[in-house]
Amino acid sequence: QLSLFRLTVKRPFSTSHSSVDEKEMKKFQLLAHKWWDEEGEYSALHSMNDIRVPFIRDTLLSMSSNYLRGNPLSGVKILDVGCGGGLLSEPLGRLGASVTGIDPLEDNIRTADRHKSFDPVLAKRIQYKSSSLEEIVEECMETFDVIVASEVVEHVADLETFIKCCSQVLKPEGSLFITTINKTQLSYVLGIVVAEKIIGIVPEGTHEWEKFVPPEELEHILESNGFSVKTVKGMLYNPLSGSWSWMESTSLNYAVHAVKSGAQGWSGPTDTLSETDIQQSSATAGTA
Amino acid sequence: SGAAMAAVLGRGLLAPVGARVRARVRVRCGPRAPLRSAASAAPLYDVVVSGGGMVGSAMAAALGHDIHFQDKKIALLEAGPRKEYDHMPDSYSNRVSSISPGSATLLSSFGAWDHVCSLRLKPFRRMQVWDACSEAMIVFEKDDLDDMGYIVENDVIMSALTKQLDAVADRVEVFYRSKAVGYTWPLPSHSCGTSPWVQIELADGRRLQTKLLIGADGHNSVVRKEAEIKNIEHQYDQSAVVATLHLSEATDNNVAWQRFLPTGPIALLPLSDTASSLVWSTSHEHASELLAMDEESFVDSINSAFWSNINHSDFIDTAGAMFRSALSLLKPSGTGVRQLPPSVAEVDPESRAMFPLGMGHATEYVQHRVALIGDAAHRVHPLAGQGVNLGFGDIACLAHHLSAAAFNGSDLGSLKHLLKFETERQRHNVSLIAATDVLKRLYSTRLAPLVLLRTWGLQATNALPPVK
Repeated sequence: QLSLFRLTVKRPFSTSHSSVDEKEMKKFQLLAHKWWDEEGEYSALHSMNDIRVPFIRDTLLSMSSNYLRGNPLSGVKILDVGCGGGLLSEPLGRLGASVTGIDPLEDNIRTADRHKSFDPVLAKRIQYKSSSLEEIVEECMETFDVIVASEVVEHVADLETFIKCCSQVLKPEGSLFITTINKTQLSYVLGIVVAEKIIGIVPEGTHEWEKFVPPEELEHILESNGFSVKTVKGMLYNPLSGSWSWMESTSLNYAVHAVKSGAQGWSGPTDTLSETDIQQSSATAGTA
Repeated sequence: SGAAMAAVLGRGLLAPVGARVRARVRVRCGPRAPLRSAASAAPLYDVVVSGGGMVGSAMAAALGHDIHFQDKKIALLEAGPRKEYDHMPDSYSNRVSSISPGSATLLSSFGAWDHVCSLRLKPFRRMQVWDACSEAMIVFEKDDLDDMGYIVENDVIMSALTKQLDAVADRVEVFYRSKAVGYTWPLPSHSCGTSPWVQIELADGRRLQTKLLIGADGHNSVVRKEAEIKNIEHQYDQSAVVATLHLSEATDNNVAWQRFLPTGPIALLPLSDTASSLVWSTSHEHASELLAMDEESFVDSINSAFWSNINHSDFIDTAGAMFRSALSLLKPSGTGVRQLPPSVAEVDPESRAMFPLGMGHATEYVQHRVALIGDAAHRVHPLAGQGVNLGFGDIACLAHHLSAAAFNGSDLGSLKHLLKFETERQRHNVSLIAATDVLKRLYSTRLAPLVLLRTWGLQATNALPPVK
């Protein structure tokens, strides 16, 4: 796996076909050292692990018949896009997965590398690379079993390109997990005004409401790029307790699980995990 | 006692509802974690349990048998040598514990209870507790005739735990003759460059690193002291005298007896149809006398303590009897049948011993990468027969949270789940420790008003199942 990442030449970011947004990068640059302070600026992302890791883990376990309890994700190749300081990569690595974490910001990768280096098990299971998604597509065609793009799609410049690239590096019938923020009045009031400017649980300027993605739009892009949307669930953050929970409504934060269609069309297993918020009728489109 | 009780309430219980506990910055003055190059040589464990007694061994065994810890590395540090428990001596050991059904459930969850049962134990169905200054009595009994608890020698429990530790030797490494002499704590998480793990130095110079250190090293816990966790403690003016006794005649012996003397409670715990274990909490002077006297006088003292009415006063007897007849009008069947305790014929030579008693409660059970369990976290008077059961309860709770954390891929030393353990256990333990302390003080007197208070209180409690 390491041999795939011997790119030493840093290509400048192309404007029209890249999903990386320069302005977004600058925002995260300033906070590159704060990732691992559980009580600091990224505390909400730390506590989001309490629901997003079980979501990923249980979805994958329910889809596989080979249930190795001690190491639930053993043998699974995961790409963590926009991995930041590695907050999500590490728990996935601890559960046995081989994780490749990519982030366009070198300082983030440096922080992530340093943090995993103290744990020999994680150091082996996780590889970090400072890169955009497009830059790895060529060597990583159909390489990964799973892609996680958590709190990323609201920062990319071109969502269509992003999803296309996800499809290219994902194996057929592989899973894509996305968590992001809906574009609603409520998400403007709570997600930006309250979260950033009033309570300050998200560093100010992190999010731009214009770039929030409604689930309908995300589903449309996914379905038109060869994905079958299996689950859409609303997420809610309680700033008093500092914890996340699932909820019916997707008007604020939400999570999506989609599966890339296989070579011969695919009838996926019923999602037994929890209530599905919006089931597209094309969810069963895979059956031949 | 009110101030002490407020102090033992610990962290978090008084915090306003909904407030998130922030600012876990606990500045410790001990040595700092070494730079990565120096530390990387020391082997890294996921969990190190310091203290190989009943609670520490059970903690290591519980984690070692947990399905989500299959790929984890656990170490147990014990200062003493490995003891072989291959065969039990015919005579009973004088250190026994009353094991609650909940503790039995924990032990069976990792296969240790079967071993206990195949060695030896004595179930008891009933507990009779009464006051030497009056006729007041309270009987504990389960309606469905199930066992209330079990009297088990500590050696038997250790034998079972050692077997179950051996069974998971691929995951749990037990270090005997390995006393930890120094702990080095990591800096708060956002500082890079230094090791994020707890460093442990052993007496022979060996070093270990761990993501989570569990202190199970008893009421004088070194882990607790080094972590600078404040401990509320109080030495009682009492020592406990233990001995193995032989009864005058064989009997079903499935009742645990406890009588509150003004000097302290005396308890007879059944070991077999012909033998019982003595736990007599009394003043230091009296305890020394009991140890020094010849065996016949010792046996006489015990029988007298259980049977004599010397502490009764007519006033109390009358008042107590009146209250009882008033109660029986309201609840005829509620006062229970008074059984008579067995009389003792002889004491096992060499089985007499004494140890001082005290109470203690750590204001915090956890810190970043540290958790305290058992006597390291709380020390209680034996009158409630709870000591080791509290420790086993700590284990069940902590193992549950650690198992969930492992299944979530979390950092095992993270305060997030450690605080959940602390809150749950402090809520449970504090009231019990406080109540035990209050009972101990209430019963350490002959003063009529207090005797009447506890007499009526005991009689009323005995008659009313919900209160009991």
